[in-house]
Amino acid sequence: MSETSQVKPDYNYKVVRQFTIMTIVWGIVGMTVGVLIAAQLFAPALNFDLPWLTYSRLRPLHTNAVIFAFGGCALFATSYYIVQRTCQVRLFSDKLAAFTFWGWQAVILAAAISLPLGMTASKEYAELEWPIDILITLVWVAYIINFFGTLIIRKTSHIYVANWFLGAFMLTVAVLHIGNSMAIPVSFTKSYSIYAGAVDAMMQWWYGHNAVGFFLTAGFLGMMYYFVPKQAGRPVYSYRLSLVHFWALISLYIWAGPHHLHYTALPDWTQSLGMVMSIILFVPSWGGMINGIMTLSGAWHKLRTDPVLRFLIVSLSFYGMSTFEGPMMSIKTVNALSHYTDWTVGHVHSGALGWVAMVSIGSLYHLIPVLFNKSRMYSIKLINVHFWLTTIGVVLYIVAMWMSGVLQGLMWRAVNADGTLTYSFVESLEASKPFYVVRFIGGVFVVAGMLIMAYNAYRTIRAPKEELEGDVALGAAQ
Amino acid sequence: MDQGIIGSIFTVIVFVSFIGIVLWVFSSRNKKKYDEAANLVFDDEDNQEKTNKKDQES
Repeated sequence: MSETSQVKPDYNYKVVRQFTIMTIVWGIVGMTVGVLIAAQLFAPALNFDLPWLTYSRLRPLHTNAVIFAFGGCALFATSYYIVQRTCQVRLFSDKLAAFTFWGWQAVILAAAISLPLGMTASKEYAELEWPIDILITLVWVAYIINFFGTLIIRKTSHIYVANWFLGAFMLTVAVLHIGNSMAIPVSFTKSYSIYAGAVDAMMQWWYGHNAVGFFLTAGFLGMMYYFVPKQAGRPVYSYRLSLVHFWALISLYIWAGPHHLHYTALPDWTQSLGMVMSIILFVPSWGGMINGIMTLSGAWHKLRTDPVLRFLIVSLSFYGMSTFEGPMMSIKTVNALSHYTDWTVGHVHSGALGWVAMVSIGSLYHLIPVLFNKSRMYSIKLINVHFWLTTIGVVLYIVAMWMSGVLQGLMWRAVNADGTLTYSFVESLEASKPFYVVRFIGGVFVVAGMLIMAYNAYRTIRAPKEELEGDVALGAAQ
Repeated sequence: MDQGIIGSIFTVIVFVSFIGIVLWVFSSRNKKKYDEAANLVFDDEDNQEKTNKKDQES
């Protein structure tokens, strides 16, 4: 870092740099825990008979780490960057920005300690106990004030659409988190939800599905609407479509939660409503995907030379695939086969690894050279290696889970002529074993890619400026 | 009013608002505004290039 390090001196890049680095760190941690618990499913001895390493405690650690630590840091980094660059103004408050960074890291550390110790509110994706929930709320409110404060003091007349998605993501996540985490504490480490029975389930999946819809979709669409045009060097395919996309997506997603509760105690009409809303959701999802991919219209050749763009565009393809799969799985008759099986796990990962992780990784590869004032990443070749490792890893993962899931669904529902079950549960578990091994291999590929990214980022940051001159698109020079 | 009527009224309101949004977004009056907005991502690059050049000269 020299005195020429600031590209645009009045932007706050410090907080963006901090979150960018931690995105890579937490990505490696969270995905490695994922690989460990994937291995435990075919080799249970890998919990070493330690309570802290059992699947039941590490699984929430994995989900919290990848969604809120890896995904969360990626969202913080890119939203702080995008809002400054498109509003052409420095962040509203540097102090609040620093508070959100350290506060968020404290939340992650508290999660990494409390979850293996078995402290849990036992709500999926909302396992953290009430003191951590309060800290999350404080950090989130600071984040919202900082983001919207920056929008208010902006130098441009129009608010760019990426900020619409990011703003909706922040506001909705605040409402979801506070609504679902309402609980009565009985001690410092234990609390009980104020909701009961089917209402509790409905609250949980209203939260749970919108964690997907707003945290993992709207936020990352904001990322997509900035970094895809930027990396492709051309404006988004249709700005007007992006506005319709925004309103349609945010007004529909909020209703889709009940599809997690098909054939439960939830009233039938609520299940059907959730199903219908989920199916309609296909339309805005694909509108957004097409808008992103068509941004490359007339410049497809750039995909041949630019692995960063490849990350972004393939992430959109996975987004399109999982937003077709999701509505299909929400249909009650399909859900009767797919629910509680590995198919769901495969679906989540085609979204979380294929879409969320790949769009984040692509955006980070664009960001790192800008933030550290280098003209390009240390090695374009390694970005390409990372791209293929991730793509192959994700495909191995989701194909294995599809096959395992459909197999499980068919075995569980098979009945003999006299009405008894054809297979015991453990027989279906045995049938899934080879797919669990394939899934593990897929996971290893993805983690290997992240380690390569960490090395590449490290060399980029430490490299003297002159060493990384040259055209990004050519990518020949090492 | 029972739930069914409230539900129907809400559905109609949402449908009409959606049509309204589409008409508003795609009206030719707003075309220029949105074309400019789409280029917002590139708008501060001039500053960036200027800053880079200045950095190299100094």
